[in-house]
Amino acid sequence: MSTVASDVTGMLGSQAQARIHAAYNDGIVRQFVIMTIVWGVVGMLVGVIIAAQLAWPALNFDVPWLTYSRLRPLHTNAVIFAFGGSALFASSYHIVQRTCHVRLFSDRLAALTFWGWQLVIVLAAITLPLGITQGKEYAELEWPIDLLIAVVWVAYAVVFFGTIALRKVRHIYVANWFFAAYIVTIAVLHIVNNIAIPVSLTKSYIVYSGVVDAMVQWWYGHNAVGFFLTAAFLGMMYYFVPKQAGRPIYSYRLSIVHFWALISIYMWAGPHHLHYTTLPDWAQSLGVVFSLILLAPSWGGMINGIMTLSGAWHKLRTDPILKFLIVSLSFYGMSTFEGPMMSIKTVNALSHYTDWTIGHVHSGALGWVAFMTIGSMYALLPKLYGRERMWSLRLIDIHFWIATIGVVLYVAAMWIAGVMQGLMWRAVNDDGTLTYTFVEALAATHPFYVVRLLGGSLFLVGMLIMVYNTVRTIQGSMIPADTPIPQAA
Amino acid sequence: MGNGTSLVVIVVTLANIAGCLWLIWWTSRTRPDEASQGNTTGHVWDGDLSEYNNPMPRWWLGLFLLTIVFGFLYLALYPGLGSFTGVNGWSQISQYEEEVRQADARTSALYEPLAKLSVTELADNRQAMAAARNLFANNCSTCHGSDARGARSFPNLTDKDWLWGGAPETIEQTILNGRVGVMPALGAALGNEGTEQVVAYVLSLSGHKAPADWVEQGKQRFSTLCAACHGPDAKGNPLLGAPNLTDDVWLYGGSPAVLRETVTVGRNNAMPAHKPLLGETKVRLLAGYVYGLSRGDHDNAKSGEGEREKGHERE
Repeated sequence: MSTVASDVTGMLGSQAQARIHAAYNDGIVRQFVIMTIVWGVVGMLVGVIIAAQLAWPALNFDVPWLTYSRLRPLHTNAVIFAFGGSALFASSYHIVQRTCHVRLFSDRLAALTFWGWQLVIVLAAITLPLGITQGKEYAELEWPIDLLIAVVWVAYAVVFFGTIALRKVRHIYVANWFFAAYIVTIAVLHIVNNIAIPVSLTKSYIVYSGVVDAMVQWWYGHNAVGFFLTAAFLGMMYYFVPKQAGRPIYSYRLSIVHFWALISIYMWAGPHHLHYTTLPDWAQSLGVVFSLILLAPSWGGMINGIMTLSGAWHKLRTDPILKFLIVSLSFYGMSTFEGPMMSIKTVNALSHYTDWTIGHVHSGALGWVAFMTIGSMYALLPKLYGRERMWSLRLIDIHFWIATIGVVLYVAAMWIAGVMQGLMWRAVNDDGTLTYTFVEALAATHPFYVVRLLGGSLFLVGMLIMVYNTVRTIQGSMIPADTPIPQAA
Repeated sequence: MGNGTSLVVIVVTLANIAGCLWLIWWTSRTRPDEASQGNTTGHVWDGDLSEYNNPMPRWWLGLFLLTIVFGFLYLALYPGLGSFTGVNGWSQISQYEEEVRQADARTSALYEPLAKLSVTELADNRQAMAAARNLFANNCSTCHGSDARGARSFPNLTDKDWLWGGAPETIEQTILNGRVGVMPALGAALGNEGTEQVVAYVLSLSGHKAPADWVEQGKQRFSTLCAACHGPDAKGNPLLGAPNLTDDVWLYGGSPAVLRETVTVGRNNAMPAHKPLLGETKVRLLAGYVYGLSRGDHDNAKSGEGEREKGHERE
């Protein structure tokens, strides 16, 4: 009846579509950037609360939902998957578009990943304090939420790889290699580690048992660090460091070697979490060997980042964002040196089960991951809201210094506490008995728990400054139309 | 590990490490058509992103190769390549056994002369009691407290009240082989009223006030259901670990509510056997220490301010 009408709408549709396809999808990036900051504050606040509980256990007020055992997984899930995850969604969506010169493969699927991921986080924030957990570290969420994660992740993969497939630039930019490896690997890790038999909506049993369960768990756990918190954030680094420094990446061939070596070697390193346990000796040894070989591939990323900056060192004086990025790379270098050292059995015999491990994790999580995220978000925010720059560069600088002091206090306190605990636990009297009881080591640790709380609190204060700066930057801005895609000459 | 699995582990492990070596070699070669040092590769993204093609830093390559050499050496010396156990024959079990052997050798000079002494002789031996205090802190204080005064469910070892008997040899037996103390659940047999009556009677035994008629009826019920273990006079039976109910000393608490719970649902308690963990000599030292506690030795332990030989100052 209305061929004309349908022709007209068809034309309008294709014109509108053409307009959209000529621009990047900045809206999805904006959403994830805001949630990165929100979840950063929430996750770190919970961290500060549990740090206070370790120093003064009465602070759980005898309320089951506030006990350390329930808030600790809430903290780790919130900072890793909510804060870190949102940052990775934001940056990977931004970067894959800008470096492929094409809009995201599907706006709808991208929106699904945003709302799906936020739903996962909200469900985590409800179930974990209720004590609903699989009891697997960094994989506490129960099976219905795991299924939701899997759906969101597959959608993420479709959007990301779809965009790569549509790219207008033949060569795939190095940041995207790292994002690609992370998306594929996290899917495999998440699914294999969470295979469980549900017995009710809120309870399931993992199919693995005994030492096999432990090995699967740490294969997952270590590669969650390796791919979620390392490879993916290297992707972020490979975009924001050269952008902010205005310099080319230092070495393309270094990128190639350290990328392939990193992703293949990382896969093996998990057993170092299970030294001197019932895990067979051969598996433990492979954990040692591959963790040590991992040192150089890890440092490849640091070298490429820091050398990219060489020749632009003067910018550090005026650009606090660059300071975040460079300090982030320094912490990355330190943590990736410390990790292989801690995987050596002799060192591990001292460090394992002590707060040294906590210090190591936070030098990576705060120093590397959070600094890289904060720097990148400061770089991204003004662009997304049509501003020249953040509302106050001075506040970024203040944030930088407060956060730096916070990390240093945190990590130093945990190093000292950890080494002290290890030495106290193994001190032996002439009669063969242990010199110290456990509670004596705990009492000796107390002052360091207080210092750690101080360090963590400073880091949180820095985040609140970021919130203020972000609000002032966004306030009164007109959300700009999607950035047009530059046409090939 | 089966031969097939072993082979897979060996092949995949070596292939990955060899792959790294190949990767280094392949990437280090300079090709005639590629950008020379200081020039970018020619790829440009997002307006201004480009890449130099600098050679990999030599020190970094050296470090990479060094770790790979270390890896090969480690896998030759230690178990790692499948079922190949490594040329130096190390295993974590053998390391553990060796460390235990060395530790025993270090302390044998101390313990060997003490092995011949009896529990009471040990209790009078200063050197033995110094070691025993440390053994107690390591092994016993978790449940009985560093002052040995116990906690709910864990008996006080400093008084003269004993569940299983306080003779030196009996204490030694308790520590060597452990004890299992069971109070059966009597709620069903007694019913609510019967339970209240028995509780009233038990309270009255320690001089607490209780309704007289309940005490009277409780006494009758006690003689049929409880006396078998606790004795007709309720003074307990150390052969069964049945406590004396007339001395107002309570393992789980002496309030009516707790007594009601004890009678209704019963109790199940265990002292673990320490012979497999410590061996006979150290157990006898501990028996001497505990015996001494009940005798009033070791005042420092009783005061709860135990200043152990090498312990550091408490807060």
